[in-house]
Amino acid sequence: MAYKDEQLHEEKVFKDPVHRYVHVRDRVIWDLIATPEFQRLRRIKQLGTTNITFHGAEHSRFNHSLGVYEIVRRIINNFQGRTHWNNDQRLLCMCAALLHDLGHGPFSHSFEKVFKLDHEHFTQQIILGDTFVNKILQRVSPGFAQEVADVIAKTHPNKLVVSLISSQIDADRMDYLQRDAYFTGVSYGHFDMERILRVMRPIEDQVVIKSSGMHAVEDYIMSRYQMYWQVYFHPVTRSAEVILTKILHRAKHLYESDYEFKLQPTHFLSFFTGNVSLAEYIKLDESIVHYYFQAWQEEEDEILSDLCERFMNRRLFKYVEFNPNKQISELLRLIELFKKAGIDPEYYLVVDSSSDLPYDFYRPGEEEERLPIHLLMPNGYLKELSRHSDIVEAISGKKRTDHKLYFPKDFLFTIQDEQLATEITEILYGKEM
Amino acid sequence: MLDNHAKLIQFFSDAKEVIGRKKLQKMVYILQSFGVPFEEKYQFHFYGPYSEELSLRIEELCNLGFLHEEKEVKSNYFQYHYSLTEDGTQFLNQFGVNMPNCKNVIELLQEKSSRFLELVSTMLYFKELPQGEVEEKVRTVKPKQKYSDEEMAEAWKFIDELQVKLQ
Repeated sequence: MAYKDEQLHEEKVFKDPVHRYVHVRDRVIWDLIATPEFQRLRRIKQLGTTNITFHGAEHSRFNHSLGVYEIVRRIINNFQGRTHWNNDQRLLCMCAALLHDLGHGPFSHSFEKVFKLDHEHFTQQIILGDTFVNKILQRVSPGFAQEVADVIAKTHPNKLVVSLISSQIDADRMDYLQRDAYFTGVSYGHFDMERILRVMRPIEDQVVIKSSGMHAVEDYIMSRYQMYWQVYFHPVTRSAEVILTKILHRAKHLYESDYEFKLQPTHFLSFFTGNVSLAEYIKLDESIVHYYFQAWQEEEDEILSDLCERFMNRRLFKYVEFNPNKQISELLRLIELFKKAGIDPEYYLVVDSSSDLPYDFYRPGEEEERLPIHLLMPNGYLKELSRHSDIVEAISGKKRTDHKLYFPKDFLFTIQDEQLATEITEILYGKEM
Repeated sequence: MLDNHAKLIQFFSDAKEVIGRKKLQKMVYILQSFGVPFEEKYQFHFYGPYSEELSLRIEELCNLGFLHEEKEVKSNYFQYHYSLTEDGTQFLNQFGVNMPNCKNVIELLQEKSSRFLELVSTMLYFKELPQGEVEEKVRTVKPKQKYSDEEMAEAWKFIDELQVKLQ
C-alpha cells in the first residue's frame, strides 16, 4: 500500500478538552505529529503573554494544531459524497491543517515586530526545507510538500481546500476561539460548532453556509467579537506585551552598541543581526527566552534589568486612555518631561493601538477586498452574511478602536523634582490626582 | 509610537483621495514592495495580497477623525472613498514623519484600475520566482480574472517604471 494510503493498525486518539477526542488513523498524520518540528509546538504557548492576565491560558500551539486538524477531519467526513468535494484532497487538507502554525516562534507577535520576521515564512521553510516534516511529506509524493505549503500560504489553486484552513469561518478560528475560551475560563467564545459543521457546504471555490444555519454563524461572529475585546486585547496582557517588546528592543540596541552582556545572548545573535537560519529559529522556544530574561535581571544595564524584572515578576506598566488626535501635544510634552526626569521615553512611554494586534474581526468588506462568509440561500444563490443578518450587520459596521498610553507608574513616585512629578501626573491623570 | 499611523497619513496627504479599499490595499502593498517603509503585514488572500493590519489602522484613522470615509452604494456592493481631514493634516504637521517622497508614484498608482493593481501586486508577491513562473502562478491563483498576455506585459512594464521612479 502506498504510504499516503497507509492506515494505522488501530485508531489513535488524543484526549482533548475542547473536542473530547482527536482521532488519528492516517500513518502520515501520526508520523508528522511525532517529528521534532511539530513536538516543538508544545513549548510555544498559543496566547503568548495572555497567561499573565488569565492564568489558565497555558495551552500550546501543539494543542491548537491538533484541534484544527480534528475540525478539518470532521468537516471532510461531512463532505463525503457531496458535489464539488474531491476526496483525493483529504490528506492534503488534513496535513495543511495540522501544520498551519508550524513556523510560530516564542511570543511570535513581539519577535516578528522587533526583528522583522514572519512566522509564515518559517512555516514554508520547515515544510519545504531539510526537515523531518519535509521528509514525511516527500514520501507521500514528490510535489506534496509544495502543495501543503501552498495551501497554508493560500496560493494553492484549489480555493475550496484553502478556505477550509483559512477563511473568515475556518477550522483555525473555530478551534482557537473555543480553546482560548476554555483555557482562559471566560464565558464568551462558545458557539455551536457541531451545528456549523453540519451546515457547511462545499461549492466550487469556497465553503459556504446553508442559510438555515445562519444563527449558529451569528453566534460564532459574536464570540469572535467578544473574545477580541475581553481576552485578546485585554489591557493588562497588552502591558506585558509592551514590556516584552521593549526588552527585545533594548537587548538588540545593547548588542549593536557593543555592550558586554554578563550572559552572552547566544540564542539571539542571529535575530539581532537579521540573519536567522531555520536551525537557529527552531532552537528558540519559550523556555530559552525565559532563561535569558531571568538572567538579564542581573545585567548592569538598568533598563534591560528593570524591564526583565518587570516581565518575570508581573510588575507591569499602568495605562491611561489616549486619543492621538486630541492629546498629541500632551504626548510630545510628556516625552520631554520623561527625559528631564531621567526616564527614557523610548522604553517607558508607549502608545499601544488596537491595530498592533494580529486578531481580526469579521469583515463583509467591499467587493473583492476579502472573501466574506456566504450563505447558501434556498434558491441556490449566495448572499453575504451581513446582508441577511441584522446582528452581524450591527457589529461589522462601525468598528471600535482603541489606544492606550503605557508607562511605569511606580517610577513617577521616585522623581525628586516635585514640580516635574506634578506636571507629569497632571498630564497623565488630570489635575484631580 | 504612532509612526505607522503617521506614515499612512502622509500617504493620504500625497494621494488626496483614494477610491476603493481594494485599491488602497494594493497601492500600499506595491509601495511596500519597493521599499517604502510601511510596516503593515500582508498575506495572500482570495484577491491577492491583503493586510488586516492596514484595514484596522485605516479604521483607527477614521475613528480618530484623521481620515474621512464615505460609503458609496454601487449596484451590488459598496465602495469606500478616503480623504485626509484637517485634523489629519494638523497631526502630520505636529508629529512629523520620515518618509521618502512618493507623491509621483502614488499619483501614477491612482491612475490605474484596481484590477490592474491587483495583477501588479500579485506579480510582486511572487517576485522570488522566475518571470515565466510568476505569470503561470498568477494564472493559477487567479483563474477567474483571465489576465491576458497584454495585461501581463503592461504590468511588467509598469513594475520596471516603478523600479526606476522609486530607486
